Amino acid sequence: MTAMGYVPSWLNRDEVFEFLKPEPSARLDLSHNCILYLEDLNVSFDGFKAINNLNLYIEPGELRCIIGPNGAGKTTMMDIITGKTRPDSGKAFFGQRIDLLKMSEAEIAAAGIGRKFQKPTVFEELCVFENLELAMAGDKAVWPTYRARLSGEQMDRIEETLVLIGLENDRWLRAGILSHGQKQWLEIGMLLMQNPKLLLVDEPVAGMTHQEMDRTGELLTSLAGERSVVVVEHDMDFVRSIARTVTVLHQGSVLAEGTMDQVQSDSRVIEVYLGE
Amino acid sequence: MLIKSLLANDRGGRILLTALLLVSVAVVASNQLLPQDSMLHVPTYTVTLLGKYLCYALLAVAVDLAWGYLGILSLGHGAFFALGGYAMGMYLMRQIGDRGVYGNPELPDFMVFLNWQELPWFWSGFDQFWFAMIMVLLVPGLLAFAFGWLAFRSRVTGVYLSIITQALTYALMLAFFRNEMGFGGNNGLTDFKDILGFSLQADSTRLGLFIASAIALAAGYLLCRSVTNSRLGRVSVAIRDSEDRVRFIGYRVEKIKLAVFTLSAVLAGVAGALYVPQVGIINPNEFSPLNSIEAVVWVAIGGRGTLFGAVVGALLVNYGKSYFTAAMPEAWLFALGAIFVLVTLFLPRGIVGLFNRDSDQPSKARHPTDGDDSGPVTTAALPQEAH
Repeated sequence: MTAMGYVPSWLNRDEVFEFLKPEPSARLDLSHNCILYLEDLNVSFDGFKAINNLNLYIEPGELRCIIGPNGAGKTTMMDIITGKTRPDSGKAFFGQRIDLLKMSEAEIAAAGIGRKFQKPTVFEELCVFENLELAMAGDKAVWPTYRARLSGEQMDRIEETLVLIGLENDRWLRAGILSHGQKQWLEIGMLLMQNPKLLLVDEPVAGMTHQEMDRTGELLTSLAGERSVVVVEHDMDFVRSIARTVTVLHQGSVLAEGTMDQVQSDSRVIEVYLGE
Repeated sequence: MLIKSLLANDRGGRILLTALLLVSVAVVASNQLLPQDSMLHVPTYTVTLLGKYLCYALLAVAVDLAWGYLGILSLGHGAFFALGGYAMGMYLMRQIGDRGVYGNPELPDFMVFLNWQELPWFWSGFDQFWFAMIMVLLVPGLLAFAFGWLAFRSRVTGVYLSIITQALTYALMLAFFRNEMGFGGNNGLTDFKDILGFSLQADSTRLGLFIASAIALAAGYLLCRSVTNSRLGRVSVAIRDSEDRVRFIGYRVEKIKLAVFTLSAVLAGVAGALYVPQVGIINPNEFSPLNSIEAVVWVAIGGRGTLFGAVVGALLVNYGKSYFTAAMPEAWLFALGAIFVLVTLFLPRGIVGLFNRDSDQPSKARHPTDGDDSGPVTTAALPQEAH
C-alpha cells in the first residue's frame, strides 16, 4: 500500500491539473457588497509583528478612515494591499475574485487600486499636466507608450482632473516647484487618472494649512461614492470632519470600528491613545 | 516633416544638426575641390579624425539616453561600443582574404600564427557585409538585453548598477585579451584592407566613412529625440526621478528600462562599428573601463539630459584630447580631470546649460499658447500635442 503513496498526484485521473483550471476572472466582482477583504493577515519583520491577525472589510463607495498610534501597522497594511510587502499568512482579495497576494505592484495598480503615499511623490521634473498624463489608465507596455498620442477624450479627462484638484491654472508648472499642499492634490489627481475603484490615501493632510486641509477634505468626500476611499490619518480633527466609519488599529490588529463618536468613547481606544 | 516635428521644441538639436550638415558639406567640398596647398584644404587625415569624433559623439548620445533620461549611470557603455567594433572588425578581417602576411585565404593572420586549422564557428558568416551589420546591432543589443533583464528585474539600481556595468566591461576586456577567445588576443584585429570592395586607404572611402558617421549621428540623435519626445521619454524621466512611484501608477519599470537601455546599447554598437574602419584597429583596450568612464565625462561636461549637450561634450573633449596629447602629452589627464571638476562645480547643467538658462523656468516656455520654442530640454513634445 505504501507504494501507492509514491504515485505522483498527476496520475490521479479524478483531479484536474492546476494549469487547466480556469484563471480567476480579472473583473472586479462586487456581488457580496465588499470591495476589499483582508483576512487573518500576519506580517513580522525580524520577529516584530507589524500585522497581527488583521481583518478588515471595505464596502464599495465607502469612505473609511483608519487611525492608530505610531507602529500600529497602518502603512504596512497599505504595503500589503498594493503588493509592496508580502504577508506571512492570510488572505487579501480585491472584490470576490482578485487575489492581491499573487499580483505585482503594477498589476495591482492596473486592476484598480491606487495609492497616495505619505510623502508626496510627484515627478518633479515633469509639469503638472505630464504628471497626470503618465498616470492615466491605459496600455502601459513599452511600444504603446512610445507611440502614445493624447486623444480628445483623454485631454478632457486630464482637464476634468485638473479642475477637480484646483490646478487648472498651473498645468505647465514643473511639479517640483508646487507648494506642499498642491503636490498632495496633484498626487490625488494622479490617482484619479488611474481610474481606481479603491483609493488608498496615506496621511493626506500632514503638513497642510487649515485651508488646504478643508479643501482636501472636500476633495476626498467628493471622491467617495463612485469609488471607495481608505484614508490613513493622524489628525483627529480632520478625521472627524470627513469620517463616516473609523477603524482603529493597534499593534497590527483592529481595536475598534464604528462612527467617530462610538470609537472615541470606546474604553480600549482611550486606553491606547491616552495610555491609561 | 518628421524631422521638423521631432525638433520643433529642440533648439539645441536644430542648431546641432544644421551645424553637422554644414560642416560635413564644407569638409567634403574642401577636401575634394580645393587644391592640396590651399589654406582651406582639409586633409584626409583630419576628415578621418572628425569621423572618429562623430562616432564618439554617437556613443555620448547613447550614454546620455541611458543616463540623462533613464537615470542609469552606465560605466560600461564602452563594452557595447567595442562589441559593435569587433563585429565590424571581423568583417574587415575576412575581407583581407589571402592578402595577409601568411597568405591564407580562409584564416586571418593571427589564427595561422596560433596554428589553428579552421575558422571557429562564430567567425562564419562574417564574410558577408549584411551579416556583420546585423551582428553589429544584435550582439551589443543581446548583451544589454540579457544584462538588463537580470539587473532590472532584481531591481539593482544606482551605484550598484554602475559598478556591475563597470565589472561587465572589465570582464569582457580580460576575456578578449585571451588568445583562445579567437578575437586576436591583445593585438586585436587590424591590418584591414578594404570595406565593401573599397580600399580603406583611399581618400574617397575615408570621406564615405566620415559621411556615414555624420548620418549615423544625425539618425541616432533623431531616434533618441523621438524617444525622449514621446510618452516613453516622459516615463523614463519619471523613472529616473522616482522609480517606485512609476511602478505604482502601473508601468512595468523593468521592461521600460530594458527597452531604452537596449536601444542605447545598440546605438553604442553602431558607433563602434563606424569607428573601427576609421581608426584601422580594434583591440581589447576598447573594453577598458576608463573608456566608458570617459564617455560619461563627455556627457557630464556637455550637459546631461539634453542629447545635444552630449554631442557638444564629446566633440570638445576629444578635440581637447587630440590637442593636448600632441602639445603636452603629460598634461592631458590633469586637464580632463580639471575640466570635469570645474564643470561639476560651476556648470552643473554642463556647457550647454550656459546657453539654456531660460529652461530653469519651464512654466513660460512650456505654455502652448506662448509660441516660444526655446522650450525645456527634457519634455519637449507636449505643447505640440496640446493643440
